Amino acid sequence: MKTYDAIIIGAGHNGLTNAAYLAKAGLDVVVVEKNEYIGGAAVSRELEDGFLYSSCSYVCSMMRQVIHRDLDLTKHGLMLVPYLGTVAFGDNGETLTSYTAEGPAYNELRRHSPHDADAMFRLLADLDRYSTLIRKTLLRTPPDPTKFRIRDINELIFLAKTFGELGETEIYEYIRFFTMSAAEFLDDYFENDFIAAVMATPGIIGTALGIDSPGSAYILLHHVMGDVDGNIGAWGLARGGMGSISKALAGALMEHGGEIRTNAGVSQIRVKDGVANGVVLENGDEIDGKIVVSNLDAKRTFTKIMDPKDLPPGILKKAQNFKIRGSSGKVNIALSGLPKFNNVPDNRYINRGGQGFVGSLRTLEKAYDAWKRGTWSDDPFIESVIPSAWDPTVAPPGKHWMSNFIQYCPPELADGPWTPEKRDAFGQTVIDKIERYSPGFKDLIVHMEVRTPHEIENEIGLTEGNIFQGELTIDQLLFNRPFPGYAQYRMPVDKMYMCGSSTHPGGGVSSACGANAAREILRDLKLGNTVPEDDCYDD
Amino acid sequence: MTQYDAIVIGAGHNGLVCASLLAKAGRRVLVVEASPSVGGLASSREFSDGFRAAPVHSVTHFSSVVAGALNLQQYGLSFNPSCPTIGLAEDAAPISLHGDQVWGVGGSDTDAYAEYRQKLLRYGKAISVIWEKTLPRIGLAGLRDSGVYAQAFMKMRGLGGEDMSELVRVLTLPMRDLVSECFEDPRLQALLCWDGLIGSKMAPRSPNNAVLPLLLRMNGESGGDYVTPKGGVSALVDALAACAKAAGVTIKTDAPVKNVTIEGSEQGLAAVGVELVGGETISAPLVVSSADPKTTFLDLVGAGNLEIQFANRISRLRSKGYVAKFHAALSELPTIPGVDSLEGRMIIAPDMDAIEFAYDEAKYGEASESPVMEIAFPSLHDPSVAPQGQHVLSAHVMYAPYDEKTGWSDEARNAFKDRVLATLERHIPGLGALIKGSELLTPLDIEQQYGATGGHWHHVELALEQMMMMRPTHGAAQYATPIPGLYLCGAGSHPGGGIMGAAGHNAARRILK
Repeated sequence: MKTYDAIIIGAGHNGLTNAAYLAKAGLDVVVVEKNEYIGGAAVSRELEDGFLYSSCSYVCSMMRQVIHRDLDLTKHGLMLVPYLGTVAFGDNGETLTSYTAEGPAYNELRRHSPHDADAMFRLLADLDRYSTLIRKTLLRTPPDPTKFRIRDINELIFLAKTFGELGETEIYEYIRFFTMSAAEFLDDYFENDFIAAVMATPGIIGTALGIDSPGSAYILLHHVMGDVDGNIGAWGLARGGMGSISKALAGALMEHGGEIRTNAGVSQIRVKDGVANGVVLENGDEIDGKIVVSNLDAKRTFTKIMDPKDLPPGILKKAQNFKIRGSSGKVNIALSGLPKFNNVPDNRYINRGGQGFVGSLRTLEKAYDAWKRGTWSDDPFIESVIPSAWDPTVAPPGKHWMSNFIQYCPPELADGPWTPEKRDAFGQTVIDKIERYSPGFKDLIVHMEVRTPHEIENEIGLTEGNIFQGELTIDQLLFNRPFPGYAQYRMPVDKMYMCGSSTHPGGGVSSACGANAAREILRDLKLGNTVPEDDCYDD
Repeated sequence: MTQYDAIVIGAGHNGLVCASLLAKAGRRVLVVEASPSVGGLASSREFSDGFRAAPVHSVTHFSSVVAGALNLQQYGLSFNPSCPTIGLAEDAAPISLHGDQVWGVGGSDTDAYAEYRQKLLRYGKAISVIWEKTLPRIGLAGLRDSGVYAQAFMKMRGLGGEDMSELVRVLTLPMRDLVSECFEDPRLQALLCWDGLIGSKMAPRSPNNAVLPLLLRMNGESGGDYVTPKGGVSALVDALAACAKAAGVTIKTDAPVKNVTIEGSEQGLAAVGVELVGGETISAPLVVSSADPKTTFLDLVGAGNLEIQFANRISRLRSKGYVAKFHAALSELPTIPGVDSLEGRMIIAPDMDAIEFAYDEAKYGEASESPVMEIAFPSLHDPSVAPQGQHVLSAHVMYAPYDEKTGWSDEARNAFKDRVLATLERHIPGLGALIKGSELLTPLDIEQQYGATGGHWHHVELALEQMMMMRPTHGAAQYATPIPGLYLCGAGSHPGGGIMGAAGHNAARRILK
């Protein structure tokens, strides 16, 4: 029977990236995927005739440009289209359009507050500076500060130097970004509640924190450090849906001779004498491999597909304590036409990007309060986008589909587990809210898919439906991700690695985790490094 | 008229510590205090006929370095043995903690507790070097003094790889995660959350800012257990005042400062003295403020004398208090079912959600519907605060937002007080009948009566970005300020918060250097 050089568990975008780089380096690799389709959470699915939903992740910004180019993803069909001009809606009928051109953007802010229009320049400049810096760490393996190996010391020096270049004063300011809450951080910039709320929303997406929780300012940074073609902070759509990213990565993998097996869920990682040597599939088949790479989240990897006997003491406890909290829902809606929204001029250039149903700082925080109590808010934060307004390939002519991301949605309800009825009630809350801002919206609905953390976990395999494969709090970042001592992609079992978003630099469709893990694997195999280490697109 | 070398603003414990150390080094020191008595938040006042209380009711981590440097024992300071912390419940027997032991919870929690506490004490010890030193600026500017960082790093390394990385991980955990990783009993979880949260705008789920202050509190000799000075909190104040006087410090009470006198010259601005509200001006080449940073810079110095970015950083400091203080005059000591001795402290917080949900209301400017609290009976340690045979109940109550949405109207205050009383009555049946008088101090009251901006215990929030070499903010974090001749020595400076004395001590050391 064939022995692969590497088996990668899970055909999400990081698994595919990892496999593509290993294949490119000449390894014989196979990716095993439990679903019949690849892509994990970066997927396009036709659940209604002619409508192609990006059913989980829906916009793209964190994808490392250098990987995009290095794996020649454009050749494999990937095309990123910036989408611009989101309209945010407030509790009292206010709207805020984010124009791309500086002039209109400034005037739009001035409508609400001249002070904040000026403050926005300051915030954007700060965000730009801080994210440029953090981007330098994304394609690097974190050091282990408890070890005195040359590479760890070098990496610590690199980090110290990178941050040191900010200068003393800036470092103090930067630290605020890592520790504060989004609301308090922004309070230093804005006086207008609505503008502060709009700018705070990236601080809560995907996380079990509120805008008022310390730590949410970093989540905000995490969401604005991406770029589309070098435009930092910009977000884009993948033509053909997020599945196009996975398809292109799979194309790169195939080009280098890699294999993908779908409908091949792994029931166990096989370990002999402390060395991983293959996997056992759910159907009983076994695949031999010289190394095993798990793209599943850290909790799932250690608690579901490994025998505790194979693990050194303490690891299981670390995995159980790993914070991976479901906090988001997704509602995908097929529409018979483009919806119109209250107080938005009938101008196709204004409202083509997205809609942010933000409300106010209080509404956002109240939504988190509901999550804490094991329920969902009747006035949740919804971030929407209508990809078909930009991309004609994802809906029939004249028709549209709308992606709605909801923060918050609990992984489990206070009154028991999710049921189809409760799921539908959640969906109803979402469309009721949109209807308030877009009278007649419900009449446009052709089809609707509601995904709570329960559905996300069951289908995609993300524990609790956490979109980042683990909370992005300081205790789980950099050399602490997923666990202290295991942040360099090697796991406690020999020949076993992790390459998912549970590892540095964390969640988002970035391909960075998969690429970094590939680099470490090639290093262990004493093969030359073929994985890019820097993403200095902006330097 | 006496010439002074230094004027210390505020006779709180940090001001007294700093003044004494300066005087011991030969400086002629004047302390000016706005109120009629010394002690700041530790000074007791009469709140009901014959009954006295201070906002502070325990002294768990007064610095032994400071006590030693001032030889406070000689002035009568000694501490009672530590007492248990007791978790009260409405319909169940209480649980209690003391040292490494816990009573009233399941076996697995009992076993886990000693390990948990020892782990935290170990971590606290590894980083303890940072609390009693000035923390230098980062980068080249602070290189000369950066030995303290190297020392802390080596101590952390000394824990071993596994423990060191665990310390780094837990430092930013929310209390909820820290304790739920180790314990199952909801009341024990809530009880253990308490010391990570009290005094700050924090709830069990709030990350980043709980563990470091918790380790600071556990750094005292009792390891975080409840301790009072012999003779009560006032004994500490008396000892500090006696020490200051013996060292030659002049203390002037009822002398609120109107502003710090700033004089300009070709060399720039400099602090040259203070002007009192009464009109008197006193000059000295050195002015040391133990008032909170906002009061010091925005009220006493004035933003006009500060570089704009520095002034902005001071005004953005987070310093809104969320803890109210409740005092009750009792005709006799109540009995609490299941509690033998009331000398310790009692906590009313049935589980972590109760604390979290109480906090949720405060976020929106509402006082908690179901408050959680820490109770003590100071009269057991200091009989002088109540008439013979009678007692005082003292409680820290969370959460009471400084900026309550009605601005703490009488209605809001009374309603909140009623809820506090009702909660107490449910946990201490019959208490209501013993109460002869009571007062509730909201953070707004604490600000007005004690001068601490926002009514904040710690002057500025003990949050990571406002701690250590960033406390209160860069440019003033090494006790010296942008104004030559003006120094900070209060809780708003490193290490800040609690009755510790280290800020006053470090400031004096910095000034004398």
